[in-house]
Amino acid sequence: MKRATPLAIVTAAGFAFLYAPILSLVIYSFNDSRLVTVWGGFSTRWYGALLNDRQILDAAWISLQVGVAAATLATVIGTLAAYALTRHGRFRGRTLLGGIVTAPLVMPEVIVGLSLLLLFVALEDLAGWPAGRGFTTLVIAHATFGAAFAAVVIQARIGSLDRAIEEAAQDLGARPLRVFVDVTLPGLAPALVSAWLLAFTLSLDDVVIASFVSGPGASTLPMVIFSKVRLGVSPEVNALATLVILVVSLAIGLAAWATARRG
Amino acid sequence: MRRLVALVPLAWLGLFFLVPFAVLLKISLSEPAIAQPPFLPLTDWAEGVLTITLNLGNYVFLGQDPLYLLSYLSSVRIAAVSTLITLLIGYPMAYAIARARPARRTLLLMLVILPFWTSFLLRVYAWIGILKGNGIVNNFLLWIGAIDAPLVLIQTDFAVYLGIVYTYLPFMILPLYATLSRLDASLLEAAADLGARPLTTFATVTLPMSWPGIVAGSMLVFIPAVGEYVIPALLGGPDTLMIGSVLWNEFFLNRDWPVASAVAIVMVLVLALPIALLRRAQGRDGDAAP
Repeated sequence: MKRATPLAIVTAAGFAFLYAPILSLVIYSFNDSRLVTVWGGFSTRWYGALLNDRQILDAAWISLQVGVAAATLATVIGTLAAYALTRHGRFRGRTLLGGIVTAPLVMPEVIVGLSLLLLFVALEDLAGWPAGRGFTTLVIAHATFGAAFAAVVIQARIGSLDRAIEEAAQDLGARPLRVFVDVTLPGLAPALVSAWLLAFTLSLDDVVIASFVSGPGASTLPMVIFSKVRLGVSPEVNALATLVILVVSLAIGLAAWATARRG
Repeated sequence: MRRLVALVPLAWLGLFFLVPFAVLLKISLSEPAIAQPPFLPLTDWAEGVLTITLNLGNYVFLGQDPLYLLSYLSSVRIAAVSTLITLLIGYPMAYAIARARPARRTLLLMLVILPFWTSFLLRVYAWIGILKGNGIVNNFLLWIGAIDAPLVLIQTDFAVYLGIVYTYLPFMILPLYATLSRLDASLLEAAADLGARPLTTFATVTLPMSWPGIVAGSMLVFIPAVGEYVIPALLGGPDTLMIGSVLWNEFFLNRDWPVASAVAIVMVLVLALPIALLRRAQGRDGDAAP
């Protein structure tokens, strides 16, 4: 057996630190007691309670719709941005595009949320659109920061694609659009899937920006969870967290399996 | 067609990311009012005369009330200390992953990225159950007899540091890993052949060469941490001063949109230098971003 080096110990402790809280969420979701961290026997009652909680179910449905719409828009915008940045060489606005594609990645959410809300209010005042806040404004906000993450993921992939194949298609007489659809896009498919999933996850997770740009009747799942957990721990939220972790692990496992098969 | 490819993202991000900052600046210069929306317009057109009123009062107000200055300082301090702790934990982890055998490296990288995909909100929430009065840590310490009464762990600055380090650790590890994995192993062998001890090699070769990763990772943690709202709201106490929470309260509780905007504008100015540092680090090191 290999001797445990200090480096290995620190690394193992780091991973334990990353995973212990997640594990605690899962374990206590099966706790019968209302007091979350006081063990009262094994039970699945909180999963039942979760499935009967209309407020959570409604919010989850809104979040899913917003997530699908925003992730799809984000992937389209992100792909275009990544393509322009990697394949167009120098063009006017390149520096600007490069800057505004990466800036949303780090900009604090309170600033993004507040400034977008002020824009929506100003636009409604000027042009009458978007009328009020809700589904549309949520999708726009999530698509915007989702596009930034999507662009990073897709840019990395375009950079590793073999340009010679695109050039060969061009030499054989394919128009640029045809080259993109027949050659570039299939090569990008795995990156497009991860970009979409990342944008979808981010949308499903956002509470700060959503709180600013959402309106009455459009509370997303994180907004409802946030208002619940601000009042203290809730076993239902543990059950919900366990379901989320299960779905994410399955999706990542599936993606890893699919990538391994493709070779 | 070719122009459209760049134009669509430029127009979208311009309208929904850049223009909002102009609006933010504008509102920060307006006067609060009890109206819908709650501020007065900057321009007034009356009898052929255009009057533009720029109200600097919101900024003066930020300077006068010590709450704001203290909150900015406290946010920067909390973010800086958390970033340093994240670096001290993240560096050895990134180093170990970069040195691991290929098969294991993929697995470890996936383990770093996986928490990033599970809800941030739920992972912060998990710490409430661990840290609270009758939470996991206190129950355990009471059970083994290390303490007689529960420790106050939640609603403290300590919990906020812990929450930030925990949440942003993957952001530190990934860019560090990116630079460390590209480090040419022959350089390390050369240093060793020339008689350098491992620690000397690390200090003179590895550390300087991973500098872009250190800067990128640190800024990816520091910048969002300064404006963090959810972590102090869930784990912090009444004494935890963070500017993100101040902005949130100005907007949602006081409904003072102009002051909230001024707070945001000053925050952007505070973050301008770290953002410039990040861009430089990423420019030298193409894919340092996760």
